[in-house]
Amino acid sequence: MSPKKPEMEERTKQIVAPWKGRHGGTIPVLQEVQKEFGYLPEDALMVISREMKIPPSELFGVATFYAQFHLKPRGRHIIRVCRGTACHVRGSLAILDKIKKVLQIEENGTTEDLRYTLEPVACLGACGLAPVMMVDEETHGRLTPDKVMETLGSYE
Amino acid sequence: MKVKSLEDLRKIKENAKDLTSARSGGATRVIVGMGTCGIAAGAREVMTAILEELDRRGLRDVAVETTGCIGMCQKEPLVDIIRPGEPRITYGDVSPGDVPRIIVEHLVNGRVVEDKVIGQTD
Amino acid sequence: MAFYRAHVLVCKGTGCSASGSSSVFDALGEEIRKRGLDQEVALVETGCHGMCEMGPIVVIYPEGSLYCRVSVDDVPEIVEEHLYKGRLVQRLLYTTPDRKVKVPRYRDIPFYSKQHRIALRNCGYINPDNIEEYIARDGYAALAKALTSMKPEEVLSEVKTSGLRGRGGGGFPTGLKWEFCRKAPGDKKYVICNADEGDPGAFMDRSILEGDPHAVIEGMMLGAYAMGADEGYIYCRAEYPLAIKRLVGAIAQAEEFGLIGDNVMDTDFSFHLHIKEGAGAFVCGEETALMASIEGERGMPRPRPPFPANKGLWGKPSNINNVETWANVPNIIRNGGSWFASIGTEKSKGTKVFALTGKVNNTGLVEVPMGTTIRDIVFDMGGGILKDRKFKAVQIGGPSGGCLTEEHLDLPVDYESLTAAGAIMGSGGLVVMDEDTCMVDVSKFFLEFTQRESCGKCVPCREGTKQMLLILEKITSGKGRMEDLKILEDLAVMVKEMSLCGLGQTAPNPVLTTLRYFRDEYETHIRDKKCLAKACSALISYLIDPDKCKKCGLCAKNCPVKCISGDRNTPYVIDQEKCIKCGTCLEVCPFQAVFKE
Repeated sequence: MSPKKPEMEERTKQIVAPWKGRHGGTIPVLQEVQKEFGYLPEDALMVISREMKIPPSELFGVATFYAQFHLKPRGRHIIRVCRGTACHVRGSLAILDKIKKVLQIEENGTTEDLRYTLEPVACLGACGLAPVMMVDEETHGRLTPDKVMETLGSYE
Repeated sequence: MKVKSLEDLRKIKENAKDLTSARSGGATRVIVGMGTCGIAAGAREVMTAILEELDRRGLRDVAVETTGCIGMCQKEPLVDIIRPGEPRITYGDVSPGDVPRIIVEHLVNGRVVEDKVIGQTD
Repeated sequence: MAFYRAHVLVCKGTGCSASGSSSVFDALGEEIRKRGLDQEVALVETGCHGMCEMGPIVVIYPEGSLYCRVSVDDVPEIVEEHLYKGRLVQRLLYTTPDRKVKVPRYRDIPFYSKQHRIALRNCGYINPDNIEEYIARDGYAALAKALTSMKPEEVLSEVKTSGLRGRGGGGFPTGLKWEFCRKAPGDKKYVICNADEGDPGAFMDRSILEGDPHAVIEGMMLGAYAMGADEGYIYCRAEYPLAIKRLVGAIAQAEEFGLIGDNVMDTDFSFHLHIKEGAGAFVCGEETALMASIEGERGMPRPRPPFPANKGLWGKPSNINNVETWANVPNIIRNGGSWFASIGTEKSKGTKVFALTGKVNNTGLVEVPMGTTIRDIVFDMGGGILKDRKFKAVQIGGPSGGCLTEEHLDLPVDYESLTAAGAIMGSGGLVVMDEDTCMVDVSKFFLEFTQRESCGKCVPCREGTKQMLLILEKITSGKGRMEDLKILEDLAVMVKEMSLCGLGQTAPNPVLTTLRYFRDEYETHIRDKKCLAKACSALISYLIDPDKCKKCGLCAKNCPVKCISGDRNTPYVIDQEKCIKCGTCLEVCPFQAVFKE
């Protein structure tokens, strides 16, 4: 369901427009483009490069530096399993393993039906509820390997 | 409203104090008995009258609390008033009509309304 | 406005929201209306109280009663009993970990009664979306005082007097840092708030931003006034969507009230504030990397000098402080620097917020005067170790910090004493570990983190942490040699001394402190090939107790590699050669017949 190339390029141009000629726009533009398409399509990056007069090498450099940016399509729901210290000592590895096992995906992988993408993250800052995961924008705490699949099931 | 001066900020603060004053506990406490007996005797109406009177007089530093039955059911509705450093005064058979008098006399002027008092504890 | 006799405060911080506080909030509103109490009872949403474990938390004033783990089903009872009849709902009150005492009042709960809240003073007390509630609590009074009756130098000197030091990790004196920036030549200067709270295990900055965003804004404005800046940036992690939402709202309200903008309060002082969302790189917590990231570059640190105070954001003099530091500033200006300096120890003034987590009964945020002992924090406020197990260590300061042991329990927590013991204050993460925690595994865990987050610019950090991690992986999988410990130590010292920025300079701390205090655990892993805490999967085996085995076959059915055999007449046995130690059998056995050794 990814958009056709001309539409994608058009939309990217619209996102870039307000940042032309201003400094500090690279990351907000990448964030906005990713919000629009779910990831950073190569064609869109080329448009940004041309429009903002940033060499592709530099742009790809930024896009690959930050954990937030993705160059491949991702699932409809992003599962972020917290691997912070508090979660670690309260068993987050077992949560992560359980999800990997059931969904048959690796870390940073996406299920074939594009339903879920699994991303371990450094810390979600909800340590009081450890172990924690975030599905899209919602945080779920006090997880157990059993509870986790039940929670995930509610995300179609 | 735009804050243009110290005075403006002070005004906003004065108005906004009501927003959080109930959370500081209030210096003076008014306690209404809200057991089954109290409610049956009309404690709800007394409570409403108290809140209206406090609002009308702009008295904010007052904590209005509710409490359960204290065992003097025949004297309900009961209202207790505790002012800092003073004994706890219990009024009995309070009707909404008594409320303005109790608040003006006791809370504002510091004079206990003797004819309604049924008890005093330190 | 009507007189609200009671205020019902519902925490809508990230922690309580995750436990379902939004539906509790809605249900309370509905029930209060139904009982006809909506003209006398105010329902307010607040930020974090810091006791997330007990969430959703509901506090009712004027009594100051705190209810824990409130669910939608509890709502009718709370409204009927507490709000209508004035009787406490006993079963929802906080209970001490020994299950003996129920504590009716918020302020009497040991977790709170020992705290001294300055940076957190409004968190959980006001509605963060309402600027008027902040003003009611003396908000923006410090800014007004500074703009109308103090010269910028005087603001600076109050901060210097206060002895405030950076709360983000380094502990550099804030007043001095401001002075460098103030003295730097240039007509354009920036103030920046570091809200890229990346340390796993720390969440005080998130709490402050969610619960009291105006305090941070006001602090930044006071700094801008003192240093002669007119523009500010808040660099916030994208993983904190609620904090960003609250900040956006707070800035808009402050602008509407004319507290942010041109000629604030009809003075010559103007200030504009922007929010930048981080993009997920731990190294961006380092100030030069953070500025590079705001500029749209890869977030890599640059060598210093030049310091940001002279050449910072877009080459202009800039000052960066973290969230907690900024939140302290309005209190200092309002109450005076000497008031702040009267709290704490000789060299570490004021309070510090710690994120108490791990194997402890009460997890959450505690703000205590500097100099409080670890014992007070872990055992008094934290209520001791989970399930009454034995305390083993506490890890302070995140991946840059270190592990301290039982002998440090009475150590007064301040910058100097922690550094001397090999840990650091860091951002204040405090993770409690018990006898089931393997210290080698913990140091591997932290190194995995810093290794992954190393930006790769300087060799000692990029290659050094990698080699250290390889050695730790060897040790935890039972292939270590005794001489590895010496190499590990040498590498650690090298990385610490030669790295470009704080990330590399502190990355070896967890390894060094565990080697210092728990060397025997490393040795057991190497010599006996054993992990006594049973955490390193390569060194443990899963076994089935034939006496407990009821021969149900669930383990064999669920085993992903089919290495468990047995039948209705013979107890099941695990083939150790084929076992991948996934732990599934232990998880599924209904009779606890599977155990680790």
